Amino acid sequence: MISIQNVHKSFGQLEVLKGIDLTIERGEVVTMIGPSGSGKSTLLQCINGLETINSGEIHVDGTSVFAPDTDLNKLRQKLGIVFQSYNAFPHMTVQRNVTLALRKVLRLPRAEADEIARRQLDRVGLLAKADVYPGALSGGQQQRLGIARALAMSPNYMLFDEVTSALDPQLVGEVLATMRDLSSEGMTMIAVTHEMKFAREVADRVVFFDKGVIAESGNPEEVFLSPKSPRLKEFLSHSQF
Amino acid sequence: MGYTFQFGVVLDALPDLLSGAAVSLSLAVASMVVGMLLAAPLAVAAAGRNLAAKTPARAWIELARNTPCLAQIYAMYYGLGAVGIFMPAWAAVFLAISFNNAGYLAEIFRGGLNGINANQFKASRSLGLTPAMAYRYVVFPQVFRNTYNSVSNQFIWSMLNTSLGALIGLYDLSGVAMDYQMRTFKTFEFFLAIAVAYIVLAKLIMFGMRFLKPGGANA
Repeated sequence: MISIQNVHKSFGQLEVLKGIDLTIERGEVVTMIGPSGSGKSTLLQCINGLETINSGEIHVDGTSVFAPDTDLNKLRQKLGIVFQSYNAFPHMTVQRNVTLALRKVLRLPRAEADEIARRQLDRVGLLAKADVYPGALSGGQQQRLGIARALAMSPNYMLFDEVTSALDPQLVGEVLATMRDLSSEGMTMIAVTHEMKFAREVADRVVFFDKGVIAESGNPEEVFLSPKSPRLKEFLSHSQF
Repeated sequence: MGYTFQFGVVLDALPDLLSGAAVSLSLAVASMVVGMLLAAPLAVAAAGRNLAAKTPARAWIELARNTPCLAQIYAMYYGLGAVGIFMPAWAAVFLAISFNNAGYLAEIFRGGLNGINANQFKASRSLGLTPAMAYRYVVFPQVFRNTYNSVSNQFIWSMLNTSLGALIGLYDLSGVAMDYQMRTFKTFEFFLAIAVAYIVLAKLIMFGMRFLKPGGANA
Protein backbone atom coordinates (compact mmCIF):
# COMPACT_ATOMS: atom_id res chain seq x y z
CA MET A 1 0.00 0.00 0.00
CA ILE A 2 1.15 3.50 -0.80
CA SER A 3 -0.19 6.13 1.54
CA ILE A 4 0.28 9.82 0.91
CA GLN A 5 -0.67 12.15 3.74
CA ASN A 6 -0.93 15.91 3.58
CA VAL A 7 2.02 16.34 1.23
CA HIS A 8 3.17 19.87 0.48
CA LYS A 9 5.94 20.75 -1.94
CA SER A 10 7.26 24.02 -3.31
CA PHE A 11 9.75 24.91 -6.00
CA GLY A 12 11.03 28.20 -4.60
CA GLN A 13 8.01 30.49 -4.22
CA LEU A 14 5.76 28.23 -6.25
CA GLU A 15 3.74 25.72 -4.24
CA VAL A 16 3.07 22.80 -6.59
CA LEU A 17 1.52 20.35 -4.10
CA LYS A 18 -0.86 21.87 -1.56
CA GLY A 19 -1.79 19.10 0.81
CA ILE A 20 -2.25 15.85 -1.08
CA ASP A 21 -3.93 12.84 0.55
CA LEU A 22 -4.10 9.63 -1.43
CA THR A 23 -4.00 5.91 -0.69
CA ILE A 24 -3.28 3.26 -3.30
CA GLU A 25 -3.99 -0.38 -2.45
CA ARG A 26 -2.10 -3.34 -3.88
CA GLY A 27 -3.61 -4.45 -7.18
CA GLU A 28 -5.22 -1.10 -7.83
CA VAL A 29 -4.78 0.88 -11.04
CA VAL A 30 -4.96 4.63 -10.47
CA THR A 31 -4.74 7.14 -13.27
CA MET A 32 -3.96 10.77 -12.60
CA ILE A 33 -5.29 13.39 -14.95
CA GLY A 34 -5.31 17.15 -14.93
CA PRO A 35 -3.86 20.22 -16.61
CA SER A 36 -0.11 20.56 -17.11
CA GLY A 37 1.58 22.01 -14.06
CA SER A 38 -1.09 20.73 -11.70
CA GLY A 39 1.46 18.65 -9.74
CA LYS A 40 0.72 15.07 -10.83
CA SER A 41 4.19 14.26 -12.21
CA THR A 42 5.85 15.88 -9.22
CA LEU A 43 3.80 13.75 -6.83
CA LEU A 44 4.74 10.61 -8.76
CA GLN A 45 8.45 11.40 -8.40
CA CYS A 46 8.00 12.11 -4.69
CA ILE A 47 6.67 8.59 -4.15
CA ASN A 48 10.09 7.04 -4.88
CA GLY A 49 12.04 9.93 -3.40
CA LEU A 50 13.41 11.31 -6.67
CA GLU A 51 11.84 14.59 -5.55
CA THR A 52 11.75 15.73 -1.95
CA ILE A 53 8.74 17.12 -0.12
CA ASN A 54 8.43 20.09 2.23
CA SER A 55 5.97 18.52 4.65
CA GLY A 56 3.68 15.56 5.02
CA GLU A 57 4.33 11.82 4.83
CA ILE A 58 4.59 9.18 2.13
CA HIS A 59 4.68 5.50 3.12
CA VAL A 60 5.33 2.58 0.78
CA ASP A 61 4.40 -0.77 2.33
CA GLY A 62 4.78 0.86 5.72
CA THR A 63 8.22 2.39 5.05
CA SER A 64 8.42 6.16 5.28
CA VAL A 65 10.04 7.43 2.06
CA PHE A 66 11.57 10.51 3.66
CA ALA A 67 12.64 9.11 7.04
CA PRO A 68 16.40 9.66 7.46
CA ASP A 69 17.07 5.97 8.12
CA THR A 70 15.20 4.73 5.05
CA ASP A 71 17.41 3.05 2.45
CA LEU A 72 15.99 4.68 -0.67
CA ASN A 73 18.03 2.44 -2.98
CA LYS A 74 16.30 -0.56 -1.43
CA LEU A 75 12.89 1.07 -1.41
CA ARG A 76 13.19 1.99 -5.08
CA GLN A 77 13.44 -1.68 -6.00
CA LYS A 78 9.76 -1.91 -5.05
CA LEU A 79 8.83 1.04 -7.25
CA GLY A 80 9.37 0.81 -10.97
CA ILE A 81 9.09 4.13 -12.77
CA VAL A 82 8.93 4.96 -16.46
CA PHE A 83 9.51 8.55 -17.57
CA GLN A 84 8.18 10.79 -20.28
CA SER A 85 11.70 11.21 -21.69
CA TYR A 86 12.65 7.63 -22.49
CA ASN A 87 15.94 7.61 -20.55
CA ALA A 88 17.31 4.48 -22.15
CA PHE A 89 21.05 4.23 -21.50
CA PRO A 90 22.41 4.90 -25.00
CA HIS A 91 25.82 3.27 -24.49
CA MET A 92 24.40 -0.15 -23.58
CA THR A 93 22.54 -2.70 -25.65
CA VAL A 94 18.84 -3.13 -24.98
CA GLN A 95 19.53 -6.26 -22.94
CA ARG A 96 22.26 -4.61 -20.87
CA ASN A 97 19.91 -1.73 -20.13
CA VAL A 98 17.74 -4.29 -18.39
CA THR A 99 20.49 -6.33 -16.72
CA LEU A 100 22.45 -3.37 -15.28
CA ALA A 101 20.44 -2.99 -12.08
CA LEU A 102 19.94 -6.76 -11.79
CA ARG A 103 23.71 -7.24 -11.81
CA LYS A 104 24.83 -4.19 -9.82
CA VAL A 105 21.96 -3.63 -7.39
CA LEU A 106 20.59 -7.15 -6.89
CA ARG A 107 24.03 -8.70 -7.62
CA LEU A 108 22.55 -11.55 -9.64
CA PRO A 109 24.88 -13.79 -11.65
CA ARG A 110 25.09 -12.91 -15.33
CA ALA A 111 23.17 -15.93 -16.59
CA GLU A 112 20.26 -15.30 -14.25
CA ALA A 113 20.16 -11.58 -15.07
CA ASP A 114 20.22 -12.35 -18.79
CA GLU A 115 17.36 -14.80 -18.40
CA ILE A 116 15.21 -12.29 -16.52
CA ALA A 117 16.04 -9.58 -19.05
CA ARG A 118 15.08 -11.76 -21.99
CA ARG A 119 11.82 -12.75 -20.32
CA GLN A 120 10.89 -9.11 -19.69
CA LEU A 121 11.94 -8.03 -23.18
CA ASP A 122 9.78 -10.79 -24.59
CA ARG A 123 6.90 -9.58 -22.45
CA VAL A 124 7.03 -6.11 -24.04
CA GLY A 125 7.72 -7.49 -27.52
CA LEU A 126 11.38 -6.42 -27.75
CA LEU A 127 13.22 -9.73 -27.54
CA ALA A 128 14.29 -9.45 -31.17
CA LYS A 129 15.99 -6.14 -30.33
CA ALA A 130 17.95 -7.45 -27.33
CA ASP A 131 21.35 -6.89 -28.90
CA VAL A 132 20.86 -3.53 -30.59
CA TYR A 133 21.54 -0.12 -29.05
CA PRO A 134 18.62 2.09 -28.01
CA GLY A 135 19.50 4.61 -30.71
CA ALA A 136 18.17 2.12 -33.25
CA LEU A 137 14.75 1.92 -31.53
CA SER A 138 11.66 4.00 -32.16
CA GLY A 139 10.26 6.13 -29.36
CA GLY A 140 7.60 3.55 -28.64
CA GLN A 141 10.17 0.78 -28.47
CA GLN A 142 12.39 2.84 -26.18
CA GLN A 143 9.42 3.40 -23.91
CA ARG A 144 8.68 -0.32 -23.84
CA LEU A 145 12.35 -0.88 -23.00
CA GLY A 146 11.85 1.51 -20.08
CA ILE A 147 8.92 -0.62 -18.94
CA ALA A 148 10.89 -3.89 -19.28
CA ARG A 149 13.84 -2.37 -17.41
CA ALA A 150 11.59 -1.37 -14.52
CA LEU A 151 9.68 -4.67 -14.49
CA ALA A 152 12.90 -6.69 -14.33
CA MET A 153 13.41 -5.56 -10.73
CA SER A 154 10.08 -7.24 -9.82
CA PRO A 155 8.58 -4.08 -8.36
CA ASN A 156 5.39 -4.12 -6.30
CA TYR A 157 4.30 -0.89 -7.94
CA MET A 158 4.72 0.62 -11.37
CA LEU A 159 4.69 4.40 -11.77
CA PHE A 160 4.13 5.85 -15.24
CA ASP A 161 4.97 9.50 -15.77
CA GLU A 162 3.25 10.67 -18.97
CA VAL A 163 4.93 7.87 -20.85
CA THR A 164 3.13 8.53 -24.12
CA SER A 165 3.39 12.34 -24.16
CA ALA A 166 6.60 12.47 -26.19
CA LEU A 167 5.51 9.81 -28.69
CA ASP A 168 4.30 10.15 -32.25
CA PRO A 169 0.57 9.42 -32.31
CA GLN A 170 0.98 6.15 -34.21
CA LEU A 171 3.36 4.84 -31.51
CA VAL A 172 1.10 5.63 -28.54
CA GLY A 173 -1.03 2.52 -29.07
CA GLU A 174 1.76 -0.02 -28.63
CA VAL A 175 2.84 1.49 -25.31
CA LEU A 176 -0.70 1.71 -23.99
CA ALA A 177 -1.26 -1.92 -25.02
CA THR A 178 1.76 -2.95 -22.93
CA MET A 179 0.35 -1.04 -19.96
CA ARG A 180 -3.06 -2.63 -20.43
CA ASP A 181 -1.43 -6.08 -20.36
CA LEU A 182 0.26 -5.16 -17.10
CA SER A 183 -2.93 -4.00 -15.46
CA SER A 184 -4.75 -7.15 -16.51
CA GLU A 185 -1.96 -9.17 -14.89
CA GLY A 186 -2.82 -7.48 -11.62
CA MET A 187 0.13 -5.06 -11.38
CA THR A 188 -0.42 -2.12 -9.07
CA MET A 189 -0.08 0.95 -11.24
CA ILE A 190 -0.14 4.70 -10.91
CA ALA A 191 -0.19 6.39 -14.28
CA VAL A 192 -0.05 10.11 -14.95
CA THR A 193 -1.52 10.47 -18.40
CA HIS A 194 -3.11 12.78 -20.93
CA GLU A 195 -4.69 9.82 -22.73
CA MET A 196 -8.23 10.19 -21.42
CA LYS A 197 -9.61 7.13 -23.16
CA PHE A 198 -6.85 5.05 -21.61
CA ALA A 199 -7.28 6.71 -18.21
CA ARG A 200 -10.93 5.78 -18.24
CA GLU A 201 -10.61 2.22 -19.55
CA VAL A 202 -7.74 0.93 -17.50
CA ALA A 203 -8.34 2.63 -14.15
CA ASP A 204 -10.02 1.38 -11.01
CA ARG A 205 -9.87 4.96 -9.81
CA VAL A 206 -9.26 8.27 -11.52
CA VAL A 207 -7.73 11.21 -9.67
CA PHE A 208 -8.13 14.71 -11.06
CA PHE A 209 -5.39 17.19 -10.12
CA ASP A 210 -5.88 20.90 -10.36
CA LYS A 211 -3.55 23.63 -9.11
CA GLY A 212 -1.73 21.41 -6.62
CA VAL A 213 -4.74 19.73 -5.04
CA ILE A 214 -6.82 16.64 -5.79
CA ALA A 215 -9.95 18.37 -6.97
CA GLU A 216 -11.94 15.21 -7.55
CA SER A 217 -11.52 11.45 -7.58
CA GLY A 218 -13.61 8.35 -7.96
CA ASN A 219 -14.28 5.42 -10.24
CA PRO A 220 -13.90 6.17 -13.96
CA GLU A 221 -17.63 6.30 -14.64
CA GLU A 222 -18.22 8.90 -11.91
CA VAL A 223 -15.28 11.06 -12.89
CA PHE A 224 -15.79 11.00 -16.62
CA LEU A 225 -19.57 10.81 -16.90
CA SER A 226 -20.76 12.84 -13.92
CA PRO A 227 -18.03 15.28 -12.95
CA LYS A 228 -18.99 17.47 -10.02
CA SER A 229 -16.48 20.31 -9.95
CA PRO A 230 -16.65 23.03 -12.61
CA ARG A 231 -12.88 22.70 -13.22
CA LEU A 232 -13.17 18.98 -14.05
CA LYS A 233 -16.19 19.65 -16.27
CA GLU A 234 -14.21 22.27 -18.12
CA PHE A 235 -11.09 20.03 -18.33
CA LEU A 236 -13.11 17.12 -19.73
CA SER A 237 -14.87 19.34 -22.24
CA HIS A 238 -11.49 19.70 -24.00
CA SER A 239 -10.82 15.96 -24.10
CA GLN A 240 -12.18 12.97 -25.88
CA PHE A 241 -12.82 9.77 -24.00
CA MET B 1 81.92 24.70 -41.78
CA GLY B 2 79.27 22.13 -42.06
CA TYR B 3 78.13 19.49 -39.64
CA THR B 4 78.50 15.83 -40.35
CA PHE B 5 75.77 13.73 -38.81
CA GLN B 6 77.11 10.64 -37.12
CA PHE B 7 74.37 8.34 -35.94
CA GLY B 8 76.72 5.57 -34.88
CA VAL B 9 76.80 6.89 -31.30
CA VAL B 10 73.02 6.85 -31.22
CA LEU B 11 73.03 3.18 -32.18
CA ASP B 12 75.53 2.50 -29.43
CA ALA B 13 73.16 4.20 -26.98
CA LEU B 14 70.14 2.27 -28.20
CA PRO B 15 69.74 0.03 -25.12
CA ASP B 16 69.72 3.08 -22.83
CA LEU B 17 67.37 4.98 -25.17
CA LEU B 18 64.96 2.05 -25.23
CA SER B 19 64.89 1.79 -21.46
CA GLY B 20 64.44 5.58 -21.37
CA ALA B 21 61.46 5.23 -23.72
CA ALA B 22 60.03 2.59 -21.41
CA VAL B 23 60.36 5.00 -18.48
CA SER B 24 58.63 7.78 -20.47
CA LEU B 25 55.78 5.57 -21.60
CA SER B 26 55.16 3.89 -18.27
CA LEU B 27 55.16 7.24 -16.44
CA ALA B 28 52.71 8.61 -19.03
CA VAL B 29 50.37 5.63 -18.69
CA ALA B 30 50.51 5.55 -14.89
CA SER B 31 49.90 9.28 -14.49
CA MET B 32 47.09 9.15 -17.04
CA VAL B 33 45.33 6.31 -15.19
CA VAL B 34 45.68 8.07 -11.84
CA GLY B 35 44.76 11.41 -13.43
CA MET B 36 41.52 10.01 -14.83
CA LEU B 37 40.58 8.32 -11.56
CA LEU B 38 41.08 11.63 -9.73
CA ALA B 39 39.47 13.74 -12.47
CA ALA B 40 36.10 11.96 -12.31
CA PRO B 41 35.26 12.91 -8.70
CA LEU B 42 36.92 16.31 -9.17
CA ALA B 43 34.65 17.04 -12.13
CA VAL B 44 31.54 15.96 -10.21
CA ALA B 45 32.58 18.11 -7.23
CA ALA B 46 33.43 21.10 -9.42
CA ALA B 47 30.12 20.86 -11.28
CA GLY B 48 28.09 20.39 -8.10
CA ARG B 49 26.61 22.79 -5.60
CA ASN B 50 28.24 21.48 -2.44
CA LEU B 51 30.73 24.23 -1.60
CA ALA B 52 32.78 22.05 0.76
CA ALA B 53 33.57 19.81 -2.23
CA LYS B 54 33.42 22.41 -4.97
CA THR B 55 35.95 24.87 -3.51
CA PRO B 56 38.91 22.48 -3.16
CA ALA B 57 38.07 20.90 -6.51
CA ARG B 58 38.06 24.29 -8.24
CA ALA B 59 41.32 25.22 -6.49
CA TRP B 60 42.96 22.01 -7.71
CA ILE B 61 41.77 22.55 -11.27
CA GLU B 62 42.88 26.21 -11.36
CA LEU B 63 46.30 25.44 -9.87
CA ALA B 64 46.92 22.48 -12.18
CA ARG B 65 45.90 24.33 -15.34
CA ASN B 66 47.41 27.74 -14.66
CA THR B 67 50.90 26.95 -13.42
CA PRO B 68 53.76 25.53 -15.52
CA CYS B 69 54.12 21.78 -15.42
CA LEU B 70 57.83 22.28 -14.69
CA ALA B 71 56.93 24.28 -11.58
CA GLN B 72 54.64 21.43 -10.51
CA ILE B 73 57.48 18.92 -10.92
CA TYR B 74 59.87 21.19 -8.99
CA ALA B 75 57.25 21.62 -6.29
CA MET B 76 57.14 17.84 -5.79
CA TYR B 77 60.88 17.30 -6.00
CA TYR B 78 62.42 20.39 -4.37
CA GLY B 79 59.37 21.88 -2.67
CA LEU B 80 58.47 18.73 -0.74
CA GLY B 81 62.19 18.07 -0.30
CA ALA B 82 62.47 21.40 1.51
CA VAL B 83 59.97 20.20 4.12
CA GLY B 84 61.72 16.88 4.53
CA ILE B 85 59.76 14.72 2.10
CA PHE B 86 62.24 13.22 -0.32
CA MET B 87 61.43 11.06 -3.31
CA PRO B 88 63.16 9.77 -6.43
CA ALA B 89 62.79 11.76 -9.65
CA TRP B 90 60.34 9.29 -11.19
CA ALA B 91 58.01 9.58 -8.20
CA ALA B 92 58.07 13.38 -8.35
CA VAL B 93 57.29 13.33 -12.09
CA PHE B 94 54.55 10.74 -11.58
CA LEU B 95 52.88 12.77 -8.82
CA ALA B 96 53.23 16.10 -10.64
CA ILE B 97 51.90 14.85 -13.97
CA SER B 98 49.06 12.98 -12.25
CA PHE B 99 48.14 16.23 -10.49
CA ASN B 100 48.36 18.12 -13.78
CA ASN B 101 46.35 15.49 -15.68
CA ALA B 102 43.65 15.42 -13.00
CA GLY B 103 43.14 19.18 -13.35
CA TYR B 104 42.95 19.22 -17.13
CA LEU B 105 40.87 16.04 -17.37
CA ALA B 106 38.47 17.29 -14.67
CA GLU B 107 37.76 20.35 -16.80
CA ILE B 108 37.27 18.14 -19.87
CA PHE B 109 34.94 15.82 -17.93
CA ARG B 110 33.02 18.75 -16.46
CA GLY B 111 32.19 19.88 -19.97
CA GLY B 112 31.20 16.31 -20.80
CA LEU B 113 28.97 16.09 -17.73
CA ASN B 114 27.07 19.17 -18.87
CA GLY B 115 26.27 17.34 -22.08
CA ILE B 116 24.58 14.40 -20.31
CA ASN B 117 20.86 14.73 -19.70
CA ALA B 118 20.15 14.88 -15.95
CA ASN B 119 17.39 12.31 -16.52
CA GLN B 120 20.04 9.64 -17.14
CA PHE B 121 21.11 10.05 -13.52
CA LYS B 122 17.52 10.13 -12.33
CA ALA B 123 16.63 6.97 -14.24
CA SER B 124 19.68 5.20 -12.76
CA ARG B 125 18.71 6.18 -9.23
CA SER B 126 15.14 5.06 -9.85
CA LEU B 127 16.46 1.53 -10.48
CA GLY B 128 18.13 1.48 -7.07
CA LEU B 129 21.66 2.37 -8.21
CA THR B 130 23.67 4.42 -5.71
CA PRO B 131 25.05 7.78 -6.93
CA ALA B 132 28.51 6.20 -7.28
CA MET B 133 27.07 3.35 -9.39
CA ALA B 134 25.10 5.80 -11.53
CA TYR B 135 28.27 7.76 -12.30
CA ARG B 136 30.36 4.64 -12.78
CA TYR B 137 28.05 2.68 -15.09
CA VAL B 138 25.77 5.23 -16.72
CA VAL B 139 27.11 8.78 -16.65
CA PHE B 140 30.90 8.50 -17.06
CA PRO B 141 30.89 5.93 -19.86
CA GLN B 142 28.88 8.47 -21.84
CA VAL B 143 31.11 11.35 -20.73
CA PHE B 144 34.16 9.36 -21.79
CA ARG B 145 32.60 8.62 -25.16
CA ASN B 146 31.84 12.31 -25.72
CA THR B 147 35.26 13.53 -24.58
CA TYR B 148 37.34 10.73 -26.12
CA ASN B 149 39.27 13.01 -28.49
CA SER B 150 40.13 15.58 -25.82
CA VAL B 151 41.19 12.82 -23.45
CA SER B 152 43.49 11.33 -26.13
CA ASN B 153 45.07 14.75 -26.66
CA GLN B 154 45.65 15.13 -22.96
CA PHE B 155 47.28 11.70 -22.84
CA ILE B 156 49.82 12.67 -25.52
CA TRP B 157 50.37 16.10 -24.02
CA SER B 158 51.13 14.60 -20.63
CA MET B 159 53.46 12.01 -22.18
CA LEU B 160 55.43 14.87 -23.76
CA ASN B 161 55.43 16.67 -20.41
CA THR B 162 57.25 13.75 -18.77
CA SER B 163 60.34 14.99 -20.70
CA LEU B 164 60.57 17.81 -18.14
CA GLY B 165 61.65 15.13 -15.69
CA ALA B 166 65.10 15.23 -17.31
CA LEU B 167 65.64 18.53 -15.48
CA ILE B 168 65.52 16.75 -12.11
CA GLY B 169 67.65 13.85 -13.31
CA LEU B 170 64.99 11.44 -14.54
CA TYR B 171 66.57 8.92 -16.90
CA ASP B 172 63.70 8.92 -19.38
CA LEU B 173 64.09 9.43 -23.15
CA SER B 174 65.08 13.08 -22.69
CA GLY B 175 67.29 12.32 -19.71
CA VAL B 176 69.19 9.66 -21.65
CA ALA B 177 69.59 12.00 -24.64
CA MET B 178 70.86 14.83 -22.44
CA ASP B 179 73.32 12.55 -20.73
CA TYR B 180 74.70 11.15 -23.99
CA GLN B 181 74.93 14.45 -25.85
CA MET B 182 76.97 15.89 -23.03
CA ARG B 183 79.37 13.00 -23.21
CA THR B 184 79.56 12.67 -27.01
CA PHE B 185 78.74 16.22 -28.21
CA LYS B 186 76.36 14.67 -30.75
CA THR B 187 73.54 16.99 -29.74
CA PHE B 188 71.51 16.99 -32.96
CA GLU B 189 71.77 13.26 -33.45
CA PHE B 190 70.40 12.47 -30.02
CA PHE B 191 67.63 15.03 -30.05
CA LEU B 192 66.60 14.05 -33.58
CA ALA B 193 66.51 10.44 -32.47
CA ILE B 194 64.33 11.13 -29.45
CA ALA B 195 62.05 13.42 -31.49
CA VAL B 196 61.34 10.41 -33.67
CA ALA B 197 60.97 8.25 -30.57
CA TYR B 198 58.41 10.67 -29.05
CA ILE B 199 56.41 10.58 -32.28
CA VAL B 200 56.44 6.79 -32.16
CA LEU B 201 55.31 6.86 -28.51
CA ALA B 202 52.51 9.28 -29.37
CA LYS B 203 51.35 7.02 -32.19
CA LEU B 204 51.55 4.05 -29.85
CA ILE B 205 49.29 5.85 -27.39
CA MET B 206 46.78 6.74 -30.11
CA PHE B 207 46.82 3.11 -31.21
CA GLY B 208 46.22 1.92 -27.65
CA MET B 209 43.45 4.47 -27.13
CA ARG B 210 41.56 3.04 -30.10
CA PHE B 211 40.93 -0.07 -28.06
CA LEU B 212 39.46 1.98 -25.23
CA LYS B 213 37.17 3.83 -27.61
CA PRO B 214 33.56 3.10 -26.71
CA GLY B 215 32.18 0.81 -29.37
CA GLY B 216 35.56 -0.82 -30.03
CA ALA B 217 38.58 -0.21 -32.25
CA ASN B 218 36.55 0.01 -35.44
CA ALA B 219 33.89 2.40 -34.23
